[in-house]
Parts: sequence; C-alpha cells; structure tokens
Amino acid sequence: MKILVPVKRVIDYNVKVRVKADGSNVETANVKMSMNPFDEIAVEEAIRLREAGKASEVVVVSCGVTACQETLRSAMAMGADRALLVEMDASQAEGLQPLAVAKLLKVVVDQEQPQLVICGKQAIDGDANQVGQMLAALLGWPQATFASKVVLSEGSAQVTREVDGGLETVEVKLPAVMTTDLRLNEPRFATLPNIMKAKKKPLDTLTPAGLGVDVAPRLRVLNIAEPPVRKAGIKVADVADLVSRLKNEAKVI
Amino acid sequence: MSYRAPVSDMQFVMKELAGLDEVAALPGCEDVSADLADAILEEAAKFAGSVLAPLNWTGDQQGARWHEGEVTTAEGWKSAYQQFAESGWTALACNPEHGGQGLPRILSAPVGEMWKSANLAFSLCPMLTMGAIEALELCGSDELKAIYLDKMVSGEWTGTMNLTEPNAGSDLASVRTKAEPHADGSYRITGQKIFITYGEHDLTPNIIHLVLARLPDAPEGVKGISLFVVPKFLPNADGTPGTRNDVRCVSIEHKLGIHASPTCVLAFGDQGGATGYLVGEANRGLEYMFIMMNAARFAVGQEGIAIAERAYQKALSYARERIQGAEAGVKSSNPGGGKVAIIRHPDVRRMLMVMKSQIEAMRAVALVVAGAGDIAQRHPDEKTRQSKQAFFDLMIPVVKGWSTETGIEVASLGVQVHGGMGYIEETGAAQYLRDARITTIYEGTTGIQANDLIGRKLAREQGVTLMAVIGEMQAVLAQPQQQSQAQQNNNLQAIHAQLQPAVAALAKAGEYIARNYATDLKNVLVGAVPFLRLFGMVAGGWQLARAALVSANRLASGEAEAGLGAKFYEAKIVTARFYAEHILTAAPGLAATVQMGGAALMLTDDQFE
Repeated sequence: MKILVPVKRVIDYNVKVRVKADGSNVETANVKMSMNPFDEIAVEEAIRLREAGKASEVVVVSCGVTACQETLRSAMAMGADRALLVEMDASQAEGLQPLAVAKLLKVVVDQEQPQLVICGKQAIDGDANQVGQMLAALLGWPQATFASKVVLSEGSAQVTREVDGGLETVEVKLPAVMTTDLRLNEPRFATLPNIMKAKKKPLDTLTPAGLGVDVAPRLRVLNIAEPPVRKAGIKVADVADLVSRLKNEAKVI
Repeated sequence: MSYRAPVSDMQFVMKELAGLDEVAALPGCEDVSADLADAILEEAAKFAGSVLAPLNWTGDQQGARWHEGEVTTAEGWKSAYQQFAESGWTALACNPEHGGQGLPRILSAPVGEMWKSANLAFSLCPMLTMGAIEALELCGSDELKAIYLDKMVSGEWTGTMNLTEPNAGSDLASVRTKAEPHADGSYRITGQKIFITYGEHDLTPNIIHLVLARLPDAPEGVKGISLFVVPKFLPNADGTPGTRNDVRCVSIEHKLGIHASPTCVLAFGDQGGATGYLVGEANRGLEYMFIMMNAARFAVGQEGIAIAERAYQKALSYARERIQGAEAGVKSSNPGGGKVAIIRHPDVRRMLMVMKSQIEAMRAVALVVAGAGDIAQRHPDEKTRQSKQAFFDLMIPVVKGWSTETGIEVASLGVQVHGGMGYIEETGAAQYLRDARITTIYEGTTGIQANDLIGRKLAREQGVTLMAVIGEMQAVLAQPQQQSQAQQNNNLQAIHAQLQPAVAALAKAGEYIARNYATDLKNVLVGAVPFLRLFGMVAGGWQLARAALVSANRLASGEAEAGLGAKFYEAKIVTARFYAEHILTAAPGLAATVQMGGAALMLTDDQFE
C-alpha cells in the first residue's frame, strides 16, 4: 500500500513572524523556513506504518517554489521514499490557496493511486485547516481528521480523533484522507546516514499546468496586520466595581 | 537555558571564508555540497538544541556519581547518548570502511561546535572516543581494527585516552605504568592513570581504553613508551563483551566544572594485571599520540568558541529582558519612567560586542584551519598538501590556546552582563565560566601550546609559514575597498586602519622570535603566551576583514537577499569594525611585550614572596 503525505514549507515555528510594511503579507525573505510541524507528524506516521509492514511506500508531495525541495529532502531524510514537487513561481506560490492545493493534490492522487493520504491538520502559517477536508471531498473519499491514534486493518482504518468533548473513534474505509493532530506521535530526528541518502532519493517535478489545474486565487486578501498589542490591566476597587465594569464596560454579564 | 546553533554564521564562514567548494572538489568528498552541509547543520542544530542543551544544567547540578567502582551518569545522559549514537553522529568523520560517513573536517567542525555549546560535559565522551578511533585507525593492526573499530564508530562502545599519571602530566616522558609481555602475545598492564575522561560510565556495555605504558626493556624517556588497547570487557569471539578486565575506576574527581563528565582514576592490574594489546610498534606510543594531538587540540580549541557562544546567547537574552535605568542622554517626559532594557546601555552593548566579535573571529579562524586540514589531507597535488599542512600545524596551537583563553574571557563577561544575578548559580551564567576553565589546561596548557607554536612550529623553520600567513594578511589589506555605499566604505577603512599596524606588529614579533629563539631561549619563552595571543588576535582580525569585504561586495552587488540577507552582511561589517577598534588595537602592545618580556626572569626564586 502506498501512502501520500503532502508537506508544506512554512516559517519555522521558532521565528517571530513579522508583517510586511505594506500589509500585503508576512515577511519571508531571509527567514528560516521548515516543514509544517503537523506535516512532520504526518510523515512520521506514514513511515511508522511502512516500518510496521502496513505500507510499502511513502511518497511526499509539496506545492510551491523550488526551495520546497529542501522540505521534501527533510521528509526523505526522515525516511520517505520519494518526493514530488508541484513547482511554481514565487507569485503563484504566494497566492496559492487551500482549494487550489486540494485540486493539485487530487490530480496527484489520481496519478499515484495511494490508499491513504495523511495531511497535517493545518499549516502553522495560514492556519486554514482546509486542504485535507477539501481533498477528501474532491476525491469522494472518507475523511478522518485530527487523528491522535491510527490503527490500520485490511481495507479500513480505525482513527481516534481529538474532538471538543474528548476522544472519538471512527472507522473509515480505504482509500481515505486522514489529518494529524499534535499528539499522534513524536517525529523522529533524521539520522546522518538518512540525511546523506535523502540526497539520492528521487525527486520529480510537476507543474500546475501539467496537472491541468488553475491555481489562480479565488479569495482576495485585503490586509494583513499584527494582532493588537495587549493593553495594561487595571485594578478594581472591590467586587461591586468589578461586577459593574463587567456588566457596563465589557458587557459580558 | 536554551541554545540555538549559529547556523547562518557557520554557513557564511564555511562557504565564504573556509572554502567549502574547494573541499567539496577534493577526492573522497564527492557527496559534499552546500545543500548537504545545510541539511546536516540544520539537523545537528535541532538535536543539539532539543536533546543535549536541556541536559546541560541538570548534568552540572547532579554530576556523575561514583559508587564502588561504578559510575552513574546524570539523569537523561544514557538516553541522550543512545539517541546520539543511533542518529549516526558518532560516525560523521569516521572512515567509511568501519561504518563512518567519511565527511571532511569543514563539516565535522561546525557540528562539533554545536555539541560542545549545547553540552560540553556530554560532548567529551564522543570526542575522546574519536581520539581513540583515530589512534587505532592510524596505528592498530588489522586484527585490532576488526575487533574494535566498527563498534566504536557506531557509538556502541566508547573510547578513552589514558596518558596522565600522578607524576606524568605535561611531561609524559615520566610515564611509569608497566606492560609485561604474556605468552599468548598480549600484555599485562599494571599502574595507575588519572584524569581519565569518561574512564568509567553506564552509557555503553564496553569501554575501550588506550593506555600509554612501558615495556620491561624500554629505554628511559619519551622513546620508551608504548601504546596499548585495554578493553573494560575482553571481547568474545562473536564480538560481545566477555570477561571483565582488571581495570577499575577507584574514584572520580570533584571539579570546578564539567561536573557531568566523569574524570576517573583508573587502577590497572590490582588483581594481577589488565590484559592489553600493543598498538603499532613498541616504544612508539608517544609518537602515535602526537599524530592525534592536532585533532584533539583543535577540538578543545573549539570548546572555547562553543562555550563563549553559549555564554553570549544567555547574556544577550538577559540584556534584552532586564529593565534597569534610563537610557544615557535620553530625557524621559515620564517621571520615574523611561526605564530601558540594559542592552540600551553603551557599556553593556560594548560587552556584548566584545563577546560577539571575538566569537565570530575565533569561529572563522577555526573553520579556515579545518578547511586547510581537509586540503592537506586529501588534495591530489603534493605541494598543495604540504603548504596546507604547514599552515594547519602552525595554527593548531593558536586555535587551541587563543580560543580557550578568549573563551574564558567571554564566559566571564557573560557573568558580568548579568550583574549580581550572574554570580548566582541558578542563573546559569556561572556554569559556563566554570566549565570553560578547564579548556586552557587539558590537551596541553596554554603555556605548552605557546611553546609548541614558537619552538616546534615557528623557530624550527625560521618563521617561513608564519611569513606566508602574514603575506596572505597583507594581500587582504591590499584588496580594493571602494564600495558603492559610502557607509560601508567608512567601515572598511576603519577596519583597514587597525588591521595594518596589527599585522605589522605580528610580523615584527614573529621575526624577533625566529631571530632570537636559538640564542636567547629563556627571554623568548617568556613572550611565548603573549605571542600566541597576538597571533590569534591578528588572525581573527584578518578573517573578520575578509568577512567584511565579502559582505560589502554582497551588499554592493545587490545579491544580499539571495544570500543571508542585508541585515546579516551589515552586522558582519560592523562586527569586524568593532573588533578592529576594540580588540586589534592591543596588538602593537602585545608585540612590544613579546620583545621585552624578560623582566619576568629577573627576580631570584627567593625574591618571589
């Protein structure tokens, strides 16, 4: 069984993100980039399934600029077998939205015929949390999102999901789309021999045009701004004062 | 107490100053590329920051513990070591024939710096193992290699270096440990070794000691010392650890720093003799040790850089957070307000710059030396190999002595930036100062390095290589500096103005030593350490000047964004200028001291009171 794992190159989680002066986007020039942490969990899960003999091949795919090759190499250094890059220029990549990604992945899935697609539940840059769900819909496949535990059996998967009220376990028929939550696993460190091997693993390049997908944005970004700075708190005189302020100023009770 | 590896600076130095491309073109380096270097640095940075660095403080507080011959390492050590070995880091620079990756020094050096920064006490274990691997590799028989090397390269077993004895410290000619030949071709080793780093621990099922000892018929002095392998457990035919050998850890030392690194007293032969096997030929042990000495001294030099980097990161983060006092020259309209983070105070900034600029200077010199070492080892042309080897040999005592002395200075400034809090152990700044203190002592004290530099390296060849290095420095001074940006012109001129007299001072002091070494040895030796310091300081200025020129070109050609970004290059130039104006200015004074230091000899022994 083949597993496909989409991975996204995002601003490293350690970096303090800054908004560009013109409010058009966040600053990415000379900022450290790495693999979206939820995608790292997805790669780890796929590799574990292969190591357990439940899968035969792990293919990683990324959509974006040439530099996404680094992200794909990182995934292969963790243990993925080969990689696909749907390559585009910087302006296309900047306007790439979840629906377009889902459409690109749909065609890749049609070509690769995996039995399972494991996505990160969301990317830490846009926090959209949409690609996995949209992809499942486009494919007409079942979806199991926010997975914290996965048990594969013949033709189906039992997935424990993290939901508001606690944990929910669902069973989906394969092929299916799954998205990973934080507690599914702890991704491994790449070993030095695997970093060296990753350089030699196959990385094929595709294009949106070649896949027949129009990636033009459907949504227009009006403005990007820093969150407002938190103002200093105040001391209230007594409980009556507090209640009155909650009622009249904050209007929360 | 977190640590973030200075990956950008390492990448810059490797690519722009130390000749990564040149090394990648060498035979045996076919896999090396900028991409691979980036991938390895990133992953090593992750491991250092998230696995090793968090154990540094707990390791210091708990230390290694001894109980009836067994040593227990600090909490977390064992699992970190396992992860370290499983990730393949122990094998990075080792020979592929024994499972290594065979990567060049230019890559193993920055990765090594990360381990040392993240956790100096931890890093000593793989470092000493590496020394033992090299000794076996260079001098051991095929049989010994087959038994030990694969397991040491993979990290399954660790190695130690047993040189020092109570009466044989810097003077190894006095080694008294005995080796008696046995009928089966092995030897019975008896004696006591001290200061054995990781001589006993619970990280691996076996420990392989390399031991200096004397054969019964050995001549006196340095030419009568042989090298032996003495495993803690004698390996069975299938390679698993078998019979316990007669070597015991009788105690571990209580030290100023590196508490988590067990420094052992090892007793050999208390029950009749430890079984050992001769490495290479008899009576050539010390010679073999000297072959490895360069690598070990380089590694300890890097410890100075590494600990300085860690101390700097901590001081910088404190200086950004600590609010104290108003900014000089700025009137606040808010009475009692207007307080600023201490990084806004000029003297705190100066201290941070003294730290930062020297760290970058030391790192640049070390990696340039590492790159030269690769060329010396692998270049097809013999002349190139020879000239790079001469440079490498000359610079090793400088990297070791200067980087460790400066490392202590920087760690001490790290405490200073913290003010009173720095003196409190829980703050953590003090640990770096305590840990750094050993680095100028082991693997040859600064005095030994300086004597090696001026005697074995400089005077013996009449300063030929030194003058070649000075020639390279002058070539940098002669480079055109006209840039399109007026501000960078200004900075480059300021650097030039200080580097020129500093290089001249180095040349003058070097000539003095070459001229007087044979005739006025004692007076020259008094100036040895000041000369080593001068050499390091000027070499640092030379490399930072190169860095500034590269950076100015990047900025002027508009290529900055494709590289590390305009901010990086601008900071590099200003850092080089600071170094020129605050550090290099001391060079002429040191050169004067070198040439007239003899007053240290003028008191009679009993006048010292």
